[in-house]
Amino acid sequence: MTKLNTYRSGPDERGHFGIFGGRFVAETLMPLILEVEKAYREARADPAFEGEMRQQLKQYVGRPNPLYYAERLTEQLGGAKIYFKREELNHTGAHKINNCIGQILLARRMGKTRIIAETGAGQHGVATATVCALYNMPCVIYMGETDIARQQPNVFRMKLLGAEVRPVTSGSGTLKDAMNEALRDWVTNVADTFYIIGTAAGPHPYPAMVRDFQSVIGDEVRTQMQEQEGRLPDSLVACVGGGSNAIGLFHPFLDEPTVQMVGVEAAGRGIEKGPLDHAASINGGRPGVLHGNRTYLLQDEDGQILEGHSISAGLDYPGIGPEHSWLHDVGRVEYAYATDQEALDAFQLCARTEGIIPALESAHGLAEVIKRAPKLPKDHLMVLCLSGRGDKDIFSVAKHLGVEL
Amino acid sequence: MKSVDVLADSRIARRFAALKAEGRAGLVTFITAGDPDPAVSQAVLNGLPATGADLIELGMPFTDPMADGPAIQASSLRALKAGMTVRKTLEMVRGFRKQDADTPIILMGYFNPIHAYGVEPFLAAAREAGVDGLIVVDLPPEEDEELCIPALQAGVSFVRLTTPTTDEARMPMVMRNTSGFVYYVSIAGITGTASASNTAIDAAVAQLKRHTDLPVAVGFGIKTPDQAAEVARVADAAVVGSAIVTRLADGIDASGGVKPGTVEDVLGFVGELAAGVRAARG
Repeated sequence: MTKLNTYRSGPDERGHFGIFGGRFVAETLMPLILEVEKAYREARADPAFEGEMRQQLKQYVGRPNPLYYAERLTEQLGGAKIYFKREELNHTGAHKINNCIGQILLARRMGKTRIIAETGAGQHGVATATVCALYNMPCVIYMGETDIARQQPNVFRMKLLGAEVRPVTSGSGTLKDAMNEALRDWVTNVADTFYIIGTAAGPHPYPAMVRDFQSVIGDEVRTQMQEQEGRLPDSLVACVGGGSNAIGLFHPFLDEPTVQMVGVEAAGRGIEKGPLDHAASINGGRPGVLHGNRTYLLQDEDGQILEGHSISAGLDYPGIGPEHSWLHDVGRVEYAYATDQEALDAFQLCARTEGIIPALESAHGLAEVIKRAPKLPKDHLMVLCLSGRGDKDIFSVAKHLGVEL
Repeated sequence: MKSVDVLADSRIARRFAALKAEGRAGLVTFITAGDPDPAVSQAVLNGLPATGADLIELGMPFTDPMADGPAIQASSLRALKAGMTVRKTLEMVRGFRKQDADTPIILMGYFNPIHAYGVEPFLAAAREAGVDGLIVVDLPPEEDEELCIPALQAGVSFVRLTTPTTDEARMPMVMRNTSGFVYYVSIAGITGTASASNTAIDAAVAQLKRHTDLPVAVGFGIKTPDQAAEVARVADAAVVGSAIVTRLADGIDASGGVKPGTVEDVLGFVGELAAGVRAARG
């Protein structure tokens, strides 16, 4: 495979990462998408926008969060030196808020007065409801009814924060259906509404914009690793649903040839069982067009979208951000996978050895760390993005472990 | 400069020329292919021209119809559940063409099923089956290279949607590669929900006519023969979809079976719409 001079120049002006990305939206939304792109470009060039965002990330979100040396886990696995990037310590308990702060500041700048968002596990919904409370904007969150049933604590959190949670009954009532419904709302309320997309997917400029807002993760890791170890990390591991925490961690390092990167997809009950039993778009899907972009998708022969499965509500989206699809095709990032069971095991191990209850999403990343670390030398510096905390998951984990709460 | 049709000699162009000669607007009807099952759907499709449909939009069902309201979402799911695919949709068109050589058929849907079939093979198969045009909701002019330009090269019209958010500055770009007719989506929203006011439609059609010589069809939110007639006074065609699909849904019993007389009922409703459209300029 030909090596590129840079992996960080994308997307092109039409929103393409290689053949992926683009702007596959209805005409009604197209002028608005162009307006968002223009406003975003201007905002990034405005020091006042950057300044306000930095200020909120520091004072409100609590950044920088630590790059934590997981000593006991490192000892137990007996190989690579493992660090956790502690995104779960952010306000609201996950990386999602990094992006929400950026997008709501953009919405305000554009004069929009109403916010909508989709959510799967509820983390992005909570983060969106939070910034809407902070900036006093009405907020409607679309959430599949299946997800509502398995993420009750987050549903209640969103309501406490003043958001309206609208259950989505179409399809199988999960994240993709919530995104369809949010797009239907947006197309109906184009004049006053801003759609805060939660992952690095959707029509251009969303994949690039969400990546930029999440790149604070990788930027901090670079600085912190320099301070703590005096050099770059050797490998980076992150779970991938839509892939926003992963792209945020990876992007600042893409042009560092010594840094290896692994995105971990959700293999559910096992990839070999077929696309209804997992949510691994790259490992078990093929390119198609959904929700505004071309990317790897779970689909049947006829191009109908399949409902992925994962124990983690935040990973069972049948697509993945277009930049990941491209990074896979050009071979810069490796995309592995972890099953429900491996994630559950990692979840419990993390709780007992480090005293940290990770989100089930992040536990997929950890499962890969558990596979890799023992085979690596002790001076290998491995960073896991601990993208969220697991309080929201204790009910579903208890159920899987056969415990009645 | 006004846009003109690059596929001037097509079934669509001939139909609109005939309508113009008759001094009336056309009725464009939408049904989803395979809803609620292939046999009933084919019977409705075959019966449409005789009851007054001038052009037919045949929906290609998709799992994630982002621009559609509840009625068409439900019809897509019924069709998929009954085993509908792109190939079977094209078979329906072939079946229709055995008895009707003149009524234009425009396939309407989303890009992914076409993408999965492969653009070139799909266009060849569609043309061979007797498809005249395509309306693909999630392909704005920014993505013309994906399907619009190959379709025009293959002799299949690509009907563009314009909306209340399409402003003057954007209009030339939107009109550039459109073919067959221009479909004005009269509300900012999804299918089968709100209806636009007559004044708003009048103004929008007038604006479009400044930019194109192509016929202008108006749709989204037209539910009754009277509303169809109102639109037919100013536009070249009125499009009715959700209301027809809802009539079909009314004919499905609790166990998913189709009640006797459903096909006749749906076609009867199309007849009422056609009467409204035909009387509009009388």
